[in-house]
Amino acid sequence: MAQVQKNFGSHKALKGVDLEVREGEFFTLLGPSGCGKTTLLRIIAGLELPDSGHVFLGGRDITRLPAAKRQVNTVFQSYALFPHLNTFENVAFGLKARQTENSEVRRRVGEKLEMMSLGGLERRYPHQLSGGQKQRVALARALVNEPDILLLDEPMSALDAHLRAQVQEELRRLQRELKQTFILVTHDQDEAMVVSDRLAVMRDGLVEQVGEPREVYSKPRNQFVAEFLGAANIIAARRDGGRVMTSLGSFDLSAAPQWDEGRLAIRPERILLGQAPAGDPNWIQAKVSEAIYRGQSLDVWLAPAQGPADDYRLRVRTQSKEPLRPGDQVSLFFPPEDLVALDHA
Amino acid sequence: MTPGQNQPPEKQTPAHGGPPLMKPSPGEEPGPGLVTWYGGIHRQRDLRLKGSALLGPGLAWLLIFLAIPCSGLVILSFARRGDFGDIHWIWNLDNYKRLLGYGLFGWTPDHLIILGRSLLVGLVSTLICILLAYPLTFYIATRPPKTRNWLLLLLVVPFWTNVVVRTYGWLLVLSPQLPPARIAAFFGFIETGAPLFPGSFATYLGLVSTFLPFMALPLYSSLERLDWELLEAARDLYASRWQVFTQAILPQTRPGLTVGVIVTFIPAMAMFVVTDLLGGARYMLIGNLIQNQFSTSRDWPFGAALCLALMALTMIGLMLYRRWGDPRDKNEKSGGAAP
Amino acid sequence: MNAKRPIVAAIAIGSLIFLYVPSLAVAVFSVNNARYGLTWKGFTWKWHQQLFQNEAILEAALNSLLVAGVSTAIATILGTALALGLDRFPWPRRLSTAMDLLVHLPVVTPDIILAAALVLSFNFLRGFSEIFDLGMGTLILGHITFQISFVTLVVRSRLAALGRDIDEAARDLYATGPYLFFRITLPLLMPGILAGAMLAFTLSLDDFIISFFAHGPDSVTLPIYIYSSIRRGISPEIHALSTLVLMATVILVLIAERFSRFRAAV
Repeated sequence: MAQVQKNFGSHKALKGVDLEVREGEFFTLLGPSGCGKTTLLRIIAGLELPDSGHVFLGGRDITRLPAAKRQVNTVFQSYALFPHLNTFENVAFGLKARQTENSEVRRRVGEKLEMMSLGGLERRYPHQLSGGQKQRVALARALVNEPDILLLDEPMSALDAHLRAQVQEELRRLQRELKQTFILVTHDQDEAMVVSDRLAVMRDGLVEQVGEPREVYSKPRNQFVAEFLGAANIIAARRDGGRVMTSLGSFDLSAAPQWDEGRLAIRPERILLGQAPAGDPNWIQAKVSEAIYRGQSLDVWLAPAQGPADDYRLRVRTQSKEPLRPGDQVSLFFPPEDLVALDHA
Repeated sequence: MTPGQNQPPEKQTPAHGGPPLMKPSPGEEPGPGLVTWYGGIHRQRDLRLKGSALLGPGLAWLLIFLAIPCSGLVILSFARRGDFGDIHWIWNLDNYKRLLGYGLFGWTPDHLIILGRSLLVGLVSTLICILLAYPLTFYIATRPPKTRNWLLLLLVVPFWTNVVVRTYGWLLVLSPQLPPARIAAFFGFIETGAPLFPGSFATYLGLVSTFLPFMALPLYSSLERLDWELLEAARDLYASRWQVFTQAILPQTRPGLTVGVIVTFIPAMAMFVVTDLLGGARYMLIGNLIQNQFSTSRDWPFGAALCLALMALTMIGLMLYRRWGDPRDKNEKSGGAAP
Repeated sequence: MNAKRPIVAAIAIGSLIFLYVPSLAVAVFSVNNARYGLTWKGFTWKWHQQLFQNEAILEAALNSLLVAGVSTAIATILGTALALGLDRFPWPRRLSTAMDLLVHLPVVTPDIILAAALVLSFNFLRGFSEIFDLGMGTLILGHITFQISFVTLVVRSRLAALGRDIDEAARDLYATGPYLFFRITLPLLMPGILAGAMLAFTLSLDDFIISFFAHGPDSVTLPIYIYSSIRRGISPEIHALSTLVLMATVILVLIAERFSRFRAAV
């Protein structure tokens, strides 16, 4: 069981973060740039000191342990391959730094190169490798040391979109095979969704929410998380007994809000289109104002019959095969379990 | 990048996430003075100690042989020469008075003329170098890559050729038996059988040929990165050649030009090899004068005063460049079209 | 573009010719079989051959190489350490500005002032040790003084280009102390160090002004020898000597060119 707990107050970058990453899981730090996620990663790596707080690895306080003494390895955003060493020497660097026996170095490096399908590139220098190859060398160079934690600092940012999707899946598979702890830093929520067992959404040096991707996506804690992870309809609301009143109408929620006045969120794809008897709970009337065909789905912008403002539009993603045209009248159903009451802030 | 030093830990805001599994042992906050630096965790004091050990010898060297003696020159300039070239530490302004022309026999402008001439020679040869370097580097930059490399090598070789050797070459070229002097004599500029040196013509030839590579190489490195599309755009907008130059080329090559001016003007004004060999005794520059004070005349205090005067002239020249050469200043044309 | 700009091309080619006229003249007359004067009397190598029997010239050449070699070695070590010290340690802003200023001083000060300052310091230090009597020693000390700055500037630009990532990656991979330095820092810095050393060596060989002030009677370098010979008048030996210096320059430039191309490739 590897327990990592951090807890500090570095003046701006991180304002006090508590996190626990479990052994063998793929954990992602997700957030917009400047939210402190890279600083946090660098603190775990030992490349940065927190002003206060502690980092634990398997129950041991490693806060002040230098990077060179931590069983933690990093894949840098720039890869930071040693330009004067070839692929083999790059990957072998960490083992040689710890005076590993030559035959052992050869065996382990060979194994990792094979695993990363880098066979045959041993004698190439970094400037002779493609972006994807460089990334795999950086990965092999870190993994060959069998670290307790592998840290990945936006490793996909230098790759093109097509390659990125492929690498994400590979990374996921690799982590499953190795059963090692991976911590990834990214600002790309799709990437976080694809690879993570669990993720933490960060903003302004604080962790907003931690959980499994599915849970964080469908039950965002606040508006920031809701909007950062994909699209969301945000509706101002007021609690009225067991129901919630909004300018769109009144709704039932499966989890009643903790506040008297606040906001609700619902994902575009959770709103259902259909025909419903007027007056049923959680059904409202709306008029189509724009429909965008996206291949596997249809994005519809709807003007509700009654809303907070004239230009308020609801976003709905539907699989509906019927063509929708601007001006069409539709009924919308908001499932009680998909309407989420957001915390303030 | 490094976390702020010695900051009091801020009040910790309760964060979301799982319950803490491990209570941090109290009193174990990372100590002050501990910093991360290039991936290592160091004590600030150790780091500075190590850094000082690396810096120390080099900085000490520069202090002992350069900075301190330079300040020494300032002090020395207020001293007086003894009868045998020794230094009398009597504080006075005689050296500066002498510089301004007040001597034992009343006022003469000799030294002021030399100072003025030095400034003029420095400015004019820098200007000629600029006028030649722009077409030269523009031409090189527009060649195909292979030709370009060879032409650049042709610039680099004179850059590194010893100034004495190159000046010597001019002594040969300008000697009476060879065509240049004969042609000049034919047109009556000089007497038949006389060389084309010493004189101002030969001095400028020597200086410009010495410093043209110094001007051209920095300029080229700027021109190489020139945004050629901007030139095309300017031309598309029917800009005149002069406009293309002042609006598109000049602003973009300004960094190179500035380096070129500095490495040309400063040594050109202080030059004494070229002027000594090609200028002759009557065409003295401040460099020759300084050299005299430190060798034959052995008047170090006066030499020190001259050094300070040279420093002042250098500043004046660079200020003039900033005045005339400012891209936002409309008067720059007067600087470009002076000769 | 060239066809459209005959004036530019003419000035450019004219300038290049202008740069080479004096050198070519020297080279041509160095193989002219005439003791006096500048009329063509046929081809000969004898002036070149005579150089190698002239002890004063051989000594001057040896002095030049010795001064350049020793001063470059010392300046490269001091300059590299200085660059590392300036760049790789967290100095307060003001202190590092002041140190930068000191390092740039020899680059922007006119040589002749540098020379005067050196002479002054030697004169003062002579009271402590006879090393500072004008001679080979002072010549080497003087050259090191201006070389340090150039080495430091070149090495620093290389350090800046390397950035912090590489060091952090190496530490992350358990490298520390000497292992980190000899396996990562030094090899990556080597091109910068070599370039700095080469610059320093060439500057030393090429220097006239500082040598002129700092040399003693027993430590004449080639440029000084040529200069004092010219003052006695032109002669075929000096033609030949100048030509050899020129050839050496061309060879050095070509080596530097190969070297930098090799560096760009790796």
